[in-house]
Amino acid sequence: MSTPRQLAERRQLLRRLGLIAPGMAMLAVFLVAPLAIMLLVSFLQPGEYGGVKWGEYSAEAYISFFYERDFDDNLVFNTDYLGIFQRSFWLAVATTVGCLLIGFPTALYLALQSEKKRNLLLFLVTVPFWTNLLVRVYAWMLLLRNGGLVDGALGVFGVPEGSVGLLYSSGAVMIGLLYSFLPFMVLPIYTSLEKLDWRLVEAAFDLGANRWQALKRVILPLALPGMLAGATLVFIPALGNYIIPELLGGGKALMIGNLVQLQFGSGHNWPLGAALAFSLFSLVLLALLFNGLRQRGQEVRA
Amino acid sequence: MIRRTPLALSVVLALGLSGAAQAAGSLNFANWSDYYPPELLKKFEADTGIKATLDAYDSNETLLAKLKAGGGNYDVVVPSDSFIQIMVQEDLLQKFDKSKLPNLANLAPTFQKLDFDPGHDYSVPYLWGTTGYSYDSAQVPGGKLDESWGPFFAPPAELKGKVVALNSMDDLFPPAAFYLGIDRCTEDPQEVKKIMELLSQQKDMLAMYNSDGTIERMAAGEVAMHQQWNGAFHRAKEQRDSLVYVYPKEGISTFIDNFVIPKGATNVEEAHVFINWMMQPENIAAASNFAKYNNAIAGAEKFMDKALFDDPAINTPQDKLERLRSFKLCSPKALALRTKVWTKLKK
Amino acid sequence: MNLQGPLWRFTGVRPVAWTFFAFLYIPILVLVALSFNAGQSATLWQGFSFKWYGVVANDPEILRAAKNSLIVAVCATLISTCLATLAALGMHGRRFRGQGALQGVLGLPLLVPDIVCAVAILMFFAFIGLKLSLLTILIAHVVFCTPFAYLPIRARLQGMDPRLLEAAADLYASPWRAFWRISFPLLLPGILSGAMLAFIISMDDFVITYFVAGAGSTTLPVYIFSSIRMGISPKINAISSIMLVLSILFVTLSYYLGQRKR
Repeated sequence: MSTPRQLAERRQLLRRLGLIAPGMAMLAVFLVAPLAIMLLVSFLQPGEYGGVKWGEYSAEAYISFFYERDFDDNLVFNTDYLGIFQRSFWLAVATTVGCLLIGFPTALYLALQSEKKRNLLLFLVTVPFWTNLLVRVYAWMLLLRNGGLVDGALGVFGVPEGSVGLLYSSGAVMIGLLYSFLPFMVLPIYTSLEKLDWRLVEAAFDLGANRWQALKRVILPLALPGMLAGATLVFIPALGNYIIPELLGGGKALMIGNLVQLQFGSGHNWPLGAALAFSLFSLVLLALLFNGLRQRGQEVRA
Repeated sequence: MIRRTPLALSVVLALGLSGAAQAAGSLNFANWSDYYPPELLKKFEADTGIKATLDAYDSNETLLAKLKAGGGNYDVVVPSDSFIQIMVQEDLLQKFDKSKLPNLANLAPTFQKLDFDPGHDYSVPYLWGTTGYSYDSAQVPGGKLDESWGPFFAPPAELKGKVVALNSMDDLFPPAAFYLGIDRCTEDPQEVKKIMELLSQQKDMLAMYNSDGTIERMAAGEVAMHQQWNGAFHRAKEQRDSLVYVYPKEGISTFIDNFVIPKGATNVEEAHVFINWMMQPENIAAASNFAKYNNAIAGAEKFMDKALFDDPAINTPQDKLERLRSFKLCSPKALALRTKVWTKLKK
Repeated sequence: MNLQGPLWRFTGVRPVAWTFFAFLYIPILVLVALSFNAGQSATLWQGFSFKWYGVVANDPEILRAAKNSLIVAVCATLISTCLATLAALGMHGRRFRGQGALQGVLGLPLLVPDIVCAVAILMFFAFIGLKLSLLTILIAHVVFCTPFAYLPIRARLQGMDPRLLEAAADLYASPWRAFWRISFPLLLPGILSGAMLAFIISMDDFVITYFVAGAGSTTLPVYIFSSIRMGISPKINAISSIMLVLSILFVTLSYYLGQRKR
């Protein structure tokens, strides 16, 4: 027999599941099902010029992720893909850290404005993104190139023109990535911080806390969920981004994103493209799982 | 009753006519943005009464992938020659009803019979061009370079960091093969290795791989040498007169973009009307003048801008014609080797 | 209320925020300036002219693309934000078995590279026989916008006591009223942020949109990316500037509406 308490809890749970259901149904039908097809594709033989040969199964795509035949026909360990994964990974890490460093103070500033001003500033964060990515990147190219506006401005301070070489460098790529992803860090942190009761901070100061203590004890814990959400929204899309490195970095190095794209385009190897995507996927999943286990461990200890 | 009949008849007639007008109603045309003049589409609508919409796509590769995955209800699309054979092989295109394309007779002699579609059963040329390279005579040592791929693949030391290659292996691999005297469709790993070595040496000298903004970079003198399509070169030269287009003696790839009707097109009749209409000299010339590429229709030169037609980069001089290399479809094995080179080059 | 005051204790905050806004808007100024370029190029200045606005006004394709983009972005934002708000409310509270997996599915669209998502969804549409149109674009957009709307709302809810919401809900007769009276105002900053992120993600998507677009449903990003081959012209800057003006109008309008309500 269930107690009334258990019944109430069950009803509560059903209600919550009902709230989750519409979104989940949408994603299950239009994302999980298509991805199941893709998983199948990754285990098929590639068609001659793109597509797949239905019914001809093979694990070739996953094997070629690790092993390849070199030009002298020796079977060797393939470091190419791992190298490309590593490059994308570090770029995504750098973008996330950069976004946190600029995004957190900005979000704090936004959260401390009066309510009217707050919403206005919030909109102002997103207004530039009504324009297209490509146009924004072109504007940056114009600013950063030798003889461009930034170069000219540096010239005023006595830096000889063209000596910095801003465009087509990793610096330019970083600027482009930060520019594209900052709102995805600022807005989630802001939503967490917005409920900050500043009197708590005042109280902390009154109790003799210094700035770092107030920051660490009162503000950061409150901002943490937002920072995590922001980091997710920046890190994972940055991992797959390739247009900005391509345009601002000079296109001399592949990223995961265009490696996968290549397989669906002139590489004519859809299974490999799908397999690369699922490998990336499992890597991130492993990282999350590891993180989850660690968190659970901490909870148990606490 | 008797009096009513004409009325009923006229109603039927009117319905029939409007039905016909609807059947001649619409055309879904997809092409690269800015590769087809909007005014020309308006003229087509006025001439034929067919309502046309123009959609955009960014590359042959994505168009192929989209058609293969089962998508797109376009009536006419414009893939490059390199994709026609694949699309025919994969059963993605509809065969023309040539009785509806009388203007096929307008094709210039060199375009009457093309290797990738000898009888024009599936495709008709829209515009064509070459993929060579250009340099700024004001920036290169001596002001003049050999008509060869040599200066591009092994640039003089002064030009380090001032050379740009197109960012696509299908644009870069064939000229490297021409330069080394290797078959561009080679399946021999040792030969491919030589091409790989040439490209990695060149990479150190390059400023970047980039297929966008080639016009601006050359026009602004930002770089000294650029692998480039001839139409893009023409636009850049309009802004900077010291630019020179090179037809390398080892061979230069041509591309022909073609009208085709994909399987699954709903307005096949209108598609034929459109393609036939585009083969009239004055219409195709308007497209050339807009996009700055040459066309395949005899008699169109009368309607083309003089500056465009007189540019040797656009209208290839007689003595350079033998340098042109039309597209050749390579085996999947050869293409897999190409992909490998590209991945290793940029790993 | 003295909200400005305490900022003096964190001296770095204000300059960083101002630098952030300058950083955000400098390229936008450049972009708008170049829409008035007389020349052919989007990066070389050749004199002042309004001509590209005329070109845009006479180009039905680019106007249609802009319209399609706005329709899709607005609808996708509304739908995905609704789905995300409900899901975030449902996820809030005591952990239940399987919650991690559901959470994972909600984040899934972030994880899949664009091109894989694009081809997968297109193959699926072909498989179930759904004809490509603006609707198929909308479906795909809702799918990949959902995590962008969900995560900020979820972050907003975290740290709030779920019993508070429940107790408040008990005060009202219907859950519907309880939602509008209690949860919605509490969640508003999160919903607003989520909706804005979903909107800008939808406005920028190119790969997935291209694949699932039917005839006549080219969007602005597809149009712009497809013009790379011929070179980006100031026409693109002009249409972008028009979009900026629209966005500013929208901001001003909602600002005044917000004022009037108070």
